Amino acid sequence: MSATTSRRAFLASASAAVATLAPGITLIAAQAKPADQPASSAVRWGMLIDTTRCSQDCSACVGACNVENGLGSHGRPQTDPQWIRKVDLTSKRTGQKLSLPVMCQHCEKPPCVDVCPTGASFKRQDGIVLVDRHICIGCRYCMMACPYKARSFVHESLENQRPHQPRGKGCVEGCTLCAHRVDEGKLPACAEACASGAILFGDLNDPKSEIAQKLRTLPTTQIRPELKLNTAVRYGGLSI
Amino acid sequence: MKTVAYREVEAMTTGWWMLMGALAAFTSLGLLAAFYMEHNGHWVTGMTNQIVWGLPHVFAVFLIVAASGALNVASISSVFGRTAYKPLAPLSALLAVSLLAGGLTVLLLDLGRPDRLMVAMTKYNFRSIFAWNVILYSGFFGIVVVYMWTMMDRRMKSFSKPAGFAAFAWRLILTTGTGSIFGFLVARTPYDSAVMAPMFIAMSFSFGLAVFILVVFASSEMTNRPLGDALVRRLKNLLGVFIAAVLYFVTVQQLTGLYVAEKRDAVVFLLTNGGIFTVLFWMVQIGLGALLPLALLFAPPTAMNRPAIGLAAILVILGGIAQVYVIIIGGQAYPMPLFPGFEVTSSFFDGQVNTYVPSGPEAFLGVSGFAVAMLLVAFASTVFRFLPESLADEVVDPHCVAKARK
Repeated sequence: MSATTSRRAFLASASAAVATLAPGITLIAAQAKPADQPASSAVRWGMLIDTTRCSQDCSACVGACNVENGLGSHGRPQTDPQWIRKVDLTSKRTGQKLSLPVMCQHCEKPPCVDVCPTGASFKRQDGIVLVDRHICIGCRYCMMACPYKARSFVHESLENQRPHQPRGKGCVEGCTLCAHRVDEGKLPACAEACASGAILFGDLNDPKSEIAQKLRTLPTTQIRPELKLNTAVRYGGLSI
Repeated sequence: MKTVAYREVEAMTTGWWMLMGALAAFTSLGLLAAFYMEHNGHWVTGMTNQIVWGLPHVFAVFLIVAASGALNVASISSVFGRTAYKPLAPLSALLAVSLLAGGLTVLLLDLGRPDRLMVAMTKYNFRSIFAWNVILYSGFFGIVVVYMWTMMDRRMKSFSKPAGFAAFAWRLILTTGTGSIFGFLVARTPYDSAVMAPMFIAMSFSFGLAVFILVVFASSEMTNRPLGDALVRRLKNLLGVFIAAVLYFVTVQQLTGLYVAEKRDAVVFLLTNGGIFTVLFWMVQIGLGALLPLALLFAPPTAMNRPAIGLAAILVILGGIAQVYVIIIGGQAYPMPLFPGFEVTSSFFDGQVNTYVPSGPEAFLGVSGFAVAMLLVAFASTVFRFLPESLADEVVDPHCVAKARK
């Protein structure tokens, strides 16, 4: 009991902590959620990706995601799952080059959740969009409906799975925003691994959070804004 | 009109065994293919994380669409009171449920987790068009089985018309649901269109009737039952009208796409530089699948030639499969417009036209859907009296006989 209390006390203090790691890189630790309580709609987790800080030759976020979630490769890029990918852009008009990570955008109105016949695709109260692998039948309708190509189908048998991230052949999966880490008050693996500070994670609903403040002051956009899905992942330095 | 007599197909003959054996063999190949795909995982197929629905879905959607269309002949008889079609109404209903069963078998066996069928049957997300379709398919089975009962049991005859109305209304809703699986997908530019629902209804009329004509021709030939020109003429004229209806909707779909700036590039891709999809669209769907059958059905030298009418029906089916292939696979091959105005590259094939090479197991699974459907038709026709003893002109069309007397 005391161990639990001390862990909670630690997480509670961590939740309020604001750590400056280096000039320009600020981490705001997330509030921990007790395991026996459901996610709260008072928060909405999101990310702000500063494309001006994202380098084309860096894929630390992708590597960290793969390690954290046990995503191995079978050497078949067409069928290997990718929860996060680096996309390189070159403007046809100006020649400007950009690089940015794309993953599940954790939409407020996710098409994948709408189309899922069994309700396996669902959105938590805190805005994280997940797949319940117990009732996913592997129909892939969510992959057809996702406007961001953010989901992968598990095409073959899996080995060396992470205990916190059980996966299954024949089911669909995608970025969980590292819900298992967020619930423990940690940052998603990609945000933690991003040394340039291009990925800022936080609570979009908390006006005092750094992400909310930046979204108020900086020009940002969402991918495919015309679909009005109100994504939780926003991009700075990108004009679509 | 004479009273129509029905008779079972004679079982245990050499021809019967050969037919049942061939259909059972194709069905078994499909089951083996499904087992192979499920055991190894879908990486052994041509489907990927870019082309997530492949050949099994093409066959499944074709069969499901054709299923509702196969009910046309029964609907024309019961709902629109055309007595000439009445002798074939039970077969029409039987073919409808059999094609649906074949299509759903393929769809089910392609699932990543087909063992979770019970989950699909018990957990519904009512915002999902797929879930609506699960209900629509189940309802279709129920309504059409009751409809068959009212047609085949003298005590139930008085319920035949309301049951026919219910089945007709249900089938229109069902095909609207199937078309809407694609029509509501805003993510992919080539899909997202309200015209998908009525176009799928027109497609169902055409595909379903083409399959029906072939089944009527084959069953008459194989069981030595007369088939008069009066019925053949009606069926082939109707098929021509339905082919024209599909052409109309395809034209509307492509023209509206060209008009809307957002969709223009996707339509130009399909019509001019989409590789295999452009070839399939113009050569197979339009040329072989619509224009050539129209010529065969209406040009004087072949208009009443039965092999030519049979060939026209086969071509409509081939064109229909090509059309569904172009819609489903072509719609996924065209790159998703995540970053308009940018050249896009990524490890996940963003910005590229996605390639798809169907594998053998997928093809076997798809084709087995037809085998399942025909196996059910052949078996049910052997056990129950679905097939009329004669479709000669005097049975089908009394006016024809009256004209002959004059």
